[in-house]
Amino acid sequence: MNRLTNRSGSAHQPVWLRVTHWTNVIAVTLMVMSGWRIYNASPIFDFEFPDAMTLGGWLGGAIQWHFAAMWLLAANGLFYLACGLATGRLRRQMFPLRIRQLWTDFTAALTGRLKHENDGRYNAVQKAAYLFVIADLILIVLSGLVVFKPVQFPLLRTLMGDFDNARIVHFVAMVALMGFIVVHVVMALLVPRTVVAMIRGH
Amino acid sequence: MSKEIIRAALEEMPVSARRLFLKRTLTLGGLSLITGCGVVNEESAEKVLMRISSFNDRVQGWLFDPNQLAPTFPESMITRPFPFNAFYSRDEAPEVDGEAYQLEVSGLVADKQKWSLAALRALPQISQVTRHICVEGWSAIGKWGGVRFSDFLRRIGADTTAKYVGFKCADDYYTSIDMPTALHAQTLLTLTYDGKTLPREYGFPMKLRMPTKLGYKNPKHIVALFVTNTPPGGYWEDQGYNWFGGS
Repeated sequence: MNRLTNRSGSAHQPVWLRVTHWTNVIAVTLMVMSGWRIYNASPIFDFEFPDAMTLGGWLGGAIQWHFAAMWLLAANGLFYLACGLATGRLRRQMFPLRIRQLWTDFTAALTGRLKHENDGRYNAVQKAAYLFVIADLILIVLSGLVVFKPVQFPLLRTLMGDFDNARIVHFVAMVALMGFIVVHVVMALLVPRTVVAMIRGH
Repeated sequence: MSKEIIRAALEEMPVSARRLFLKRTLTLGGLSLITGCGVVNEESAEKVLMRISSFNDRVQGWLFDPNQLAPTFPESMITRPFPFNAFYSRDEAPEVDGEAYQLEVSGLVADKQKWSLAALRALPQISQVTRHICVEGWSAIGKWGGVRFSDFLRRIGADTTAKYVGFKCADDYYTSIDMPTALHAQTLLTLTYDGKTLPREYGFPMKLRMPTKLGYKNPKHIVALFVTNTPPGGYWEDQGYNWFGGS
């Protein structure tokens, strides 16, 4: 449902947004699949991910993938935030976000009455969802840093509630990301021209 | 559990076959899925991953703050029983004769005399309660005591400008660490666990304990150590685990 329209009324997504979006798809896929294999080496909860859904073949391979793709995820994320802030697009698209509007749009969306306006602006549910996923990805990176370097980042370690808890935060943030992706993909497929716009730009 | 079956199968294999098996499976899981043309690219992808892992070694070396101490804990927080972990089962841990034990010291050191257990015990001892973090993700708190490794290195006249300290163990395990970590204040040449002589399953007669590194970097049953500028690698590291392995 990423949409922006120019004056002629067609959706517009700038190049940097499209590139960082699809790069993020690759980075997140690599991180999640290798992360599941790492999780399986010492499960926090009473289940394991099926090996076929994981990346790396064994713990050492999964760690290699995870600690390679982390650079892609982090660099891409920083580039996205830098572009979003520099162009003013983040502020323009995500704010103002009003609680009352969020509630109205949310109930409208649930009852199928939320219109997909052609004015290139996000509705309040979209704003909240995209802000949520940005914050969630930042939490994933920060909790991951604590799992990776609990000694070198003492302040972050304390914020995450120590090493063992940082693993749980890292896991829960992954689950939240999965939840976002499911809703996001369903919504995009319901309005296929948004997928086209994310590839072609309009 | 499948993990145990694989571990058991690996133990049955000769070392060379095991390495090959691990290397083959290193990328098998995901790569063919991504490229769709498996075998040809597998080796090059593996090379790229190894290169990034070496790059990560350098980044971690740069991130490592020699004055940053790992957290310490009260004795009431010690994990009991402390878990056993090795590439073999508990009853296969090597039996080392403490009376006959002689630690070999070699490489870039001034004094290459061997060290008996009694001589090591005669050096100033400290102890600390720290957290052990395994590469698998679990952690456990334990109390280790022994000789501060930086004191020992200076005592034997080690070249502390050298890059690596390597270790050889009675169970054929081997690993190596960077000099800044070797000189870290919490790096201990460990002779005791929880106030008692280091038990066989935790590395008798001597292990190196570093709360700034993951478990596989902490060698047990050490029989020889050497200071060098040539990367000595390690048992797991040569199979793909990250060499720096620092927390």
